[in-house]
Amino acid sequence: MRLSAEKLAWSVHGTPLLTDVNLTVEPGQTFGLVGPNGSGKTSLLRLLAGLNKPKAGRVLIDHQPMHTLKQRTIAQSIALVEQQADTTDRITVRQVVSLGRTPFLSALRPWSKEDDAIVAQALRDVDMAHMTDRLWHTLSGGERQRVHIARALAQQPKILLLDEPTNHLDIRHQLSILELVRQLPITVMISLHDLNHAMECDRIGVMDNGRLIDSGPPHEVLTTNRLQQTFGVYAHVIDDPVDGKQVMRFRSAM
Amino acid sequence: MSIALTRPTASRLGLRWLWVTPLVLVTALIAGTAIGETPIPVDTILKVLANQLLGADYAVDRIDAGIIWNYRLSRAVVAACCGTSLALAGVVLQALLRNPLADPYLMGISAGASTGAVAVAVAGLGAGALSLSLGAFVGALLAFGIVVMLAHAANSGVGGGRGVQAAGAIILAGIAGSQLFNALTAFIITKSASAEQARGIMFWLMGNLSGVRWADVSLAVPAALFGLLVCLWHRRSLDAFTFGADSAASMGIAVRPVRGMLIIAMALVTAVMVSIVGAIGFVGLVIPHAMRFIVGSRHTRLVPATALAGAVFLIGSDILSRVLVSGQVLPIGVITSLIGAPAFALILVRDKRS
Repeated sequence: MRLSAEKLAWSVHGTPLLTDVNLTVEPGQTFGLVGPNGSGKTSLLRLLAGLNKPKAGRVLIDHQPMHTLKQRTIAQSIALVEQQADTTDRITVRQVVSLGRTPFLSALRPWSKEDDAIVAQALRDVDMAHMTDRLWHTLSGGERQRVHIARALAQQPKILLLDEPTNHLDIRHQLSILELVRQLPITVMISLHDLNHAMECDRIGVMDNGRLIDSGPPHEVLTTNRLQQTFGVYAHVIDDPVDGKQVMRFRSAM
Repeated sequence: MSIALTRPTASRLGLRWLWVTPLVLVTALIAGTAIGETPIPVDTILKVLANQLLGADYAVDRIDAGIIWNYRLSRAVVAACCGTSLALAGVVLQALLRNPLADPYLMGISAGASTGAVAVAVAGLGAGALSLSLGAFVGALLAFGIVVMLAHAANSGVGGGRGVQAAGAIILAGIAGSQLFNALTAFIITKSASAEQARGIMFWLMGNLSGVRWADVSLAVPAALFGLLVCLWHRRSLDAFTFGADSAASMGIAVRPVRGMLIIAMALVTAVMVSIVGAIGFVGLVIPHAMRFIVGSRHTRLVPATALAGAVFLIGSDILSRVLVSGQVLPIGVITSLIGAPAFALILVRDKRS
């Protein structure tokens, strides 16, 4: 599914957090969202997920304006992995992931074997199948994050939004989650802090001060100039002799 | 392998447990009818029930029949409805506000309902059971509205649009709201009620099942059933709030309408119960937590378990209130609070630790 934003604006108590954001993510693309802290990445993802109504502009899902759709219909296409979401309930990993089936269940469509299979697959995808019956409060931060991603995958979304999903993860799981996300045949929008990770996306967008100031293929967007202007760092590019890919090194701008 | 073994056992347990539900409820009701100042044998109760419900013609002592049918049974049924309703209101508030300490008594709903009911009773704004309930309902919603607004105002400095309700703020707001409405109740009573009226109302406010008759049953039963059906219908929505309102919205719950509807429904049911028996504390707090401990926090099981346990708990408390001090009936609120307050402290301590 194609996800686009037209002239989106959002503010809280009169403080503008997003101004005039225009973007389109083509079906199947992985779109990376980068930008300094407080640049509006989370706000943008919340608007795109339909959690907040924009103050101006609109969100389109396959040319359909989001505000004309029911919350349930939106959730059948779009899943969101929030940055932090915790609970005090005594609840198992399986039960958390099962919540992802909520938008598809109703009085006429009760829980079925198929739902069980979807939940099991989602748990395998994030490498948590061996912890199915563990209780939530016994999990580490990284394990919780992976369960949240499994919960979102159980929604079988056509568009997946992830807000800094690699925070709290060890390096192995950072890489495996990014690899998983890139391989998904669906539209993905992911906010990231690690710019080298962002380089692996199909396209990236740079947020600064509530505006989307640039978007395009990673190599065209993340230039040394851009990094100095927006992030306040000097970068130089090194070639990795193993796979020939380019790696960025950063030094703080004096 | 243990996974494969435990799963079916758990679901079988759930099924077996559902079978037990009506049995437990009927047993509790019969116990509530049998035990009291004058103990009545169970076979006499069954005969009276058969006479009244099935048109049988057993010979029973007229006084016994009167006590059973007009006094104790109606009282036990209302106690059951009241326990179910208050406990379910606790489940819903705890799930929606993501706060383990939420309950209709602590959130000011009961206090507001009392004020509304007293205002109707004393100021004589209309008459009859229904208008008393209506007054209680308006009071309950008003009180809850004020509590939520207060909590929201206290939180808005911290909020960040994430909808995270600081656990402390809403409880403090609830205490402030309860105090305000209790003061209003006292004000109305001292201002407008006669000394005799005041005594009666004060006794009723502490939770009192003594005046209960069949007319109250016809109000309490539909209200409790309504509360139960609403909770069962929305069990998945309640589950979806596990990680907060935003997470619920991202899983397709229309948060504002669903949350509003559930809270208004629970305020309504609470108000009906308060208008019949007064404000009974701690049922909505203690029962849901005890049941979470036993059946887990998924609402498909938690809702029926809480409904049953609430009913049994309040029937039991009513029995205690009648037999604890011989020749005297204690207000039922005294019993539930004596059990509930230590349980509340336990929850607080455990919450701090985790």
